[in-house]
Amino acid sequence: MKCQKCQKNNADTHIKRVINGQFEEYHLCSECAKEMGYSNVFEGFSNSFADDFNSLFGSFFENALPARTQATRCETCGSTYNDITRTGMMGCADCYKVFEDRIMPTIRRIHGNTTHCGKNSPSSKARVFEKEEKKEEKPKSELEVLKDKLAEAIENQEFEQAAELRDKIKEMEGE
Amino acid sequence: MSDVVMLTRIRLARNLKKYPFPCKLNTAGKNEVVKTVIDAIKNSNSPLANDFDVLYVKDLTEAQRISLVETHLASPEFISDSAGRAIVLSKDREISIMLNEEDHIRLQVLKKGFELEKAFELADRLDTLLDENLDFAFDSKLGYLTQCPTNLGTGMRASVMLHLPALQSGKAVSRIAGNLQKLGLTIRGTYGEGTEPEGAMYQLSNQVTLGISEKSAIENLRNITTQLVNQEQNAQKRMIESIETQDKISRSLGILKSAKLISRDEAMSLLSNVRFGVITGELGGIYVNTIDRLISDIQPATMIVNKQENLTPQQRDIIRAEHIRTVLGREPRQP
Repeated sequence: MKCQKCQKNNADTHIKRVINGQFEEYHLCSECAKEMGYSNVFEGFSNSFADDFNSLFGSFFENALPARTQATRCETCGSTYNDITRTGMMGCADCYKVFEDRIMPTIRRIHGNTTHCGKNSPSSKARVFEKEEKKEEKPKSELEVLKDKLAEAIENQEFEQAAELRDKIKEMEGE
Repeated sequence: MSDVVMLTRIRLARNLKKYPFPCKLNTAGKNEVVKTVIDAIKNSNSPLANDFDVLYVKDLTEAQRISLVETHLASPEFISDSAGRAIVLSKDREISIMLNEEDHIRLQVLKKGFELEKAFELADRLDTLLDENLDFAFDSKLGYLTQCPTNLGTGMRASVMLHLPALQSGKAVSRIAGNLQKLGLTIRGTYGEGTEPEGAMYQLSNQVTLGISEKSAIENLRNITTQLVNQEQNAQKRMIESIETQDKISRSLGILKSAKLISRDEAMSLLSNVRFGVITGELGGIYVNTIDRLISDIQPATMIVNKQENLTPQQRDIIRAEHIRTVLGREPRQP
């Protein structure tokens, strides 16, 4: 197969990439590949196709947002945002949380969507992310506190206190 | 339908919450993952629990590793590194679980023919059973968390392997490929990455995993596959009328039945022609299954593994030719 760019040399370089959900595939000779800015990919120590592909993939991560200098690091696995854009790989589950803001445009670009729809892992009911966890910590209303106390009083057979609590609750609910 | 659709595959990507993804995990950590998952399989109620093999990549010869890829049980990526990698296989080889490939767990169900529902049901059941003993990295918004964001969500890749000799010869596959992208699917060669893969065998799979349920993705894949199969069958009917096509098919069978030396590439191309002849009824007395079995048998590493000895390329070409002659010679001949 001839190089798609120069149409002269043999194509020894196969490039696949997905941009804006559009899949593109090129067969190039190494010279043209270099010209098109893939030089770092084909030189140096990367020795497998997977490495090459990941670097390309990384480059499309970088395009997702203008480069920022935030030096956050995922505390769980030690990955930096740079590590992720370089390899195209997240370091651990927590990276999705740590780099959420910066990674979301890329996720949208890949899938055209950012919300899961499908099987829910039966064992993990809670959302890993913080936002939902905060919801659970929302302070309880006074009424809810009283109802909890009532349940506790009944449980402990403290009926006098239970009666008092019941009346209070009735009063509040009647308002 | 199954004449065109040779294989169906469902693959699920899963990770354990407790460990970093494989790219950030050292060998000791990977070994722990392997142990944890294997224990979970043993303690599960799954059909796998008492009846599986575990192969550690580091213990396999080069030929054994490549053969896993040739038989569609493992990915090329999986065998590219051996540290902390293992594969769990059911005795019938329908289920394979790659450990520490790109994700901690890559669960795969492979079925002959067009069996998307059955394959998915089994994969889904195994996944649910594993989930009972393992804590998966899952987020209610992003779904199953995977090392590469391209697999986020369902983590499911469903694919069918198609034999498209008529569409390939009419150069139609590359035209279709562009449209498939828009439908969230990709098509690529099963053997070789070129635009005209060896043996006219293609793999069609879903591309998007986030924001689409497993059921919808499978339904989508099934619809498009059905349309492609219809197009292929119509093209086959037209092509088989021509004397040139008939000649090509007969000659291909002639060479396969008499060659003394045959390379894999030549054999793949001729077997593809013969398969075309068999499914259109042009060639009688040969079963499609026989051809499909041959296609898998003649892959270089699989041949070495089956022979249990190292073979030079020429020895392989001799044995390959001999094997094909024997198998095709055995077929019942019907008028």
